[in-house]
Amino acid sequence: MSFASLRRQLDDGLETLGSVAQLLGEAVRSLKYQRPSWNEFVRQLYAVGVKSQSVVITTGAATGMVLCAQTYFQFHKVRLDTATGAVVSVGMASELGPVLAGLMLTARVGASLAAELGTMRVTEQIDALRTLATHPVDHLVVPRLLALTVAAPLLTGEAVLTGIFASYLVGVKLLGIEGAYYVAYVNRYTAASDIAIGLIKATLFGATIALICCYKGLTCPEGAEGVGRATTEAVVAASITILISNFFLTLLLTQLLG
Amino acid sequence: MIEVKDVWKSFRKTPVLRGVSFSISAGEAVVIIGRSGGGKSVLLKHLVALLQPDQGKIQIKGTNLCSLDERALLAVRRNFGMLFQGAALFDSLSVFENVGFVLLREKRHTPGEIRRLVAEALEMVELSGIEEKKPSELSGGMRKRVGLARAIIYRPDILLYDEPTTGLDPIAGARIDAVIRRIWQQLGITSIAVTHDMASARRISNRILMLHEGVIYADASTAEILGSPDPIVHNFVNGIASDRPLTTNPVSAV
Repeated sequence: MSFASLRRQLDDGLETLGSVAQLLGEAVRSLKYQRPSWNEFVRQLYAVGVKSQSVVITTGAATGMVLCAQTYFQFHKVRLDTATGAVVSVGMASELGPVLAGLMLTARVGASLAAELGTMRVTEQIDALRTLATHPVDHLVVPRLLALTVAAPLLTGEAVLTGIFASYLVGVKLLGIEGAYYVAYVNRYTAASDIAIGLIKATLFGATIALICCYKGLTCPEGAEGVGRATTEAVVAASITILISNFFLTLLLTQLLG
Repeated sequence: MIEVKDVWKSFRKTPVLRGVSFSISAGEAVVIIGRSGGGKSVLLKHLVALLQPDQGKIQIKGTNLCSLDERALLAVRRNFGMLFQGAALFDSLSVFENVGFVLLREKRHTPGEIRRLVAEALEMVELSGIEEKKPSELSGGMRKRVGLARAIIYRPDILLYDEPTTGLDPIAGARIDAVIRRIWQQLGITSIAVTHDMASARRISNRILMLHEGVIYADASTAEILGSPDPIVHNFVNGIASDRPLTTNPVSAV
């Protein structure tokens, strides 16, 4: 990759970041001008939250099981079998739960959101909204932003609980760790701050997914190819933002809450 | 009512509008004609501020649209109804929700009133009783008429039509033209359409503006345009292919 192309990509990335921040500003302004539609919020919450449960729960359970098995295999060598539960629960609550739920939401919800808004743009439905004296941010972005911001921490909570429960089954029933110790270590080492860090991250990731994917949909280039490109860019941008911001959020939130 | 002064617009350095100026009074039925890709739809979108000019001014009832932000424009757009080329109905909503969209959002009417107003608007476009259908269940002509019902339900002062007959068979085209003409006559709404369909232009206008190479090349009554001896106007109106260059004094062509 040449320096010029790298610089162009960096410029594009920064421009997107600025535009997404502007979209957030417009969404906040929107709340001042108009009360969000409760019906639309509930409809979006159902589409975003309720319908994503199976994906998020499966991801949480699979991650909890494999994390438990790998941790056990390493800890068993130094006879720390019973600490397995603590590693799994802290890891799931503060890191893996929010990040994996965020990535799954990006794939399942973010992609469809970008494609839906992109299709609306290329078929002039967004222009139609504007001629009907309706701001697209009021009608399209705000309900989706609120729904994802509320749904993401709830889904993350589900993923974390399922992951810990699945790891308990693997650790205790399959690998033979003593159940009472397992539960005791989970309780002893999983602090309230770990759970708070995970839920705060999830909330921010939910808002990030909504804003980036709405922005990519609303600025989608013309034609079917444009919708495809906007969807791909939305998923890539949201995923990378989640992964990179997670590191900085970990440092910041641990400083503040840890 | 509408004043367009020296409007310029380029896309990726390609000029589309190159100093367009005209004015339209209340109650007129104007059609803007011109070649495909000549900037007719771009000009129409400027009138409702869906696009902003690079240079020039557009005034609606004395308000300069170019000086307003998107939120301030929402109030101005309440004066407009617009029928889009592909109807632009909201896929996820029923016909009732599409037609009653503005009323349902504004919540100034009771549900019963909204139902009655939607039924009246649908009756006006000859589509009674299809409230519960989804846009995907409708033909192209029906979609356009539902789009029209959505545009007239809140009785705007100005109705804009972007290629109202494009993609329709001649019968469906004539039918939508009849509806457009009836709405103009019965409701007295100022009507502005862009089209390259001369049969449609003849039926729905009393004045025609011809956009040619980014400027208003001709501006006259429908009868005058249709009978114009100017070669560019004559060739366009009669569908005669010609490579003749633009004459030097455009608006005096007719």
